[in-house]
Amino acid sequence: MAHRSEHVLGVDQLGKLIGVLARKGYEVIGPTVRDGAIVYDHVESAEDLPAGWTDEQEPGRYRLKRREDMALFGYAVGPQSWKKYMHPAEVRLWSAERQGGTFRILNNEVKPQRPHALLGARACELAAIAVQDRVLLEDKYRDPIYDQRREGAFIIAVQCTQAAATCFCASMGTGPQVSGGFDLVLTELIGPEGHRFLVATGSDRGVEVLTELEAVPATEEDRQQAEAGVEAARQQVRSIDTTGIKELLYKNFEHPRWDNVASRCLTCANCTMVCPTCFCTSVEDVTDITGDHAERWRRWDSCFTQSFSYIHGGSVRTSAKARYRQWMTHKLASWIDQFGSSGCVGCGRCITWCPVGIDITEEVGAIRDGGKDGNP
Amino acid sequence: MIMATGITTDPMLPQPYSVRDVAKETPDTFTLRLEPEIAVNRSSFQPGQFSMLWVFGVGELPISISGDPALQDRLVYTVRSVGQATHALVNRRVGEGVGVRGPFGTGWPAEAARGRDVIVVAGGIGLAPLRPLIYQVLQNRDDYGRLLILYGARSPRELLYRKELAAWARNRETQVLVTVDYGGLGWRGHVGVVTTLFKYARLQPAPAVAMVCGPEIMMRFVTRELENQGLSRDNIYVSMERNMKCAVGFCGHCQYGPHFICKDGPVFRYEQIRNLLEKYEL
Repeated sequence: MAHRSEHVLGVDQLGKLIGVLARKGYEVIGPTVRDGAIVYDHVESAEDLPAGWTDEQEPGRYRLKRREDMALFGYAVGPQSWKKYMHPAEVRLWSAERQGGTFRILNNEVKPQRPHALLGARACELAAIAVQDRVLLEDKYRDPIYDQRREGAFIIAVQCTQAAATCFCASMGTGPQVSGGFDLVLTELIGPEGHRFLVATGSDRGVEVLTELEAVPATEEDRQQAEAGVEAARQQVRSIDTTGIKELLYKNFEHPRWDNVASRCLTCANCTMVCPTCFCTSVEDVTDITGDHAERWRRWDSCFTQSFSYIHGGSVRTSAKARYRQWMTHKLASWIDQFGSSGCVGCGRCITWCPVGIDITEEVGAIRDGGKDGNP
Repeated sequence: MIMATGITTDPMLPQPYSVRDVAKETPDTFTLRLEPEIAVNRSSFQPGQFSMLWVFGVGELPISISGDPALQDRLVYTVRSVGQATHALVNRRVGEGVGVRGPFGTGWPAEAARGRDVIVVAGGIGLAPLRPLIYQVLQNRDDYGRLLILYGARSPRELLYRKELAAWARNRETQVLVTVDYGGLGWRGHVGVVTTLFKYARLQPAPAVAMVCGPEIMMRFVTRELENQGLSRDNIYVSMERNMKCAVGFCGHCQYGPHFICKDGPVFRYEQIRNLLEKYEL
């Protein structure tokens, strides 16, 4: 590939990269430490990045920990995904005003907004963006709100050089190696040669940005160190055996394990909020106190709520069992029928952020191997 | 909808329509006739499709179109008042506005049924989305074989379109059979669930297409009975219902196994959903 020549950037160039992007009109969004977690937010300079921090993740547990070095991307993934920016949690679709017995729609255009530069997208997250593209852009209708945000975004991927205990991207075929869908891709290198980044470009826009930075050609050692880093991230303790998974879950619509998981699941919807591919929304109409002005808002919704499946007479999925089953079967099985790929990218967020530590990899394993009592 | 230049085609934006008529069908069910406030909007739809109807300040919900597809100056909906939004809808007065999005979804196989017998089986308000199809068959009588309408309601006072049912029965090669769950005094018709009507039906399965709409439990047994009567699964169609917020495949609410009711349905070939119909809490 023409764009594939690799270069090296010193760590000091990262601040410059942020500056170049800002000057080109992007709002730079990257990882930053807030409230005891690494979250995505506006970054003004390299100072905002989580230097020297890493994350420890287990089912139902997330802790920040100091690293021995000052790595800027030395963590796996935080609670948020880029969905926060591409498919926002709340957006006003339109507003309307009463006119006698009827109405008039106002403010219906998608507002132009500053494009985002996403700094620090992982392989699983790029896979998640591709999954949402399929749902929101490449089906029967296009979502204009997602379209605009997606179209404008500049993506700087960062290779993982370590995995969290909750990661299972290797088994889902989505990582840890970033292989496409970026403008620039960085691999953080720390060693005797100093703190630096191997950088490759994935688009003409990426080339343009790179030419404004002081990059030197990469050496064979740089490349080898980067490969070793990605190889290290491939060592993951969790996995899903995806062999025939669609048929497995369709066939096991009735299985004792669903009762077992339902006895633990709080139906809190955390897993769907942190999932980078969950796309479901609701619309809510809001009317002001005069009754003359109404707005329609689109908000993230979750198949774990009872109202999600409400039709006249009551909800279709009243039990926790039915709701967990819907979520997992959709994510891993019916998604394949609907959109041609799994809805799961193996980021592990649903495992970490489940308040009771339900582990999707364990649940799939139990369905595959489980006995009559549903225990693995 | 055919849009003139300058009018947006965003499927999420309600178009302003005015209520022109509200007719009482049963104590809780009304038929609304809407006409566009902007005259250039023409209302072309396929029988079986639905719209999202919005009442300012109350809410929006999916309602099947129940009117005549040949009349493009209007949209007609039959609405049962069961909740806040449907209550507001049936209480709209003539001249008041209703927001309309759509039409959305798949329609009944009116083209594929040409040259064949048509069997319509409806339960309760399920007759409403089938009425446009019945109009279409009767207006193009020579294009279709026999028309058989089997209709079940809970009680005589909950029967929709009573005058029309009688008028339809007077067409040639048309049989209309009606039953109720509870007859009461004065009812001289059939009593029992809709499947009990099959024994009175003059049915010739080979070239027939069946279209079914009603409560899920009713559709489970009707489809089974149609198979017993010799119809192949490929020639049976059903209309499904789930919660809907967007109607364009984004909100996720209407998922039914691998299907989205809003864009893959509401009308499905029975073969597509046969394995899902008997799944509880799917």
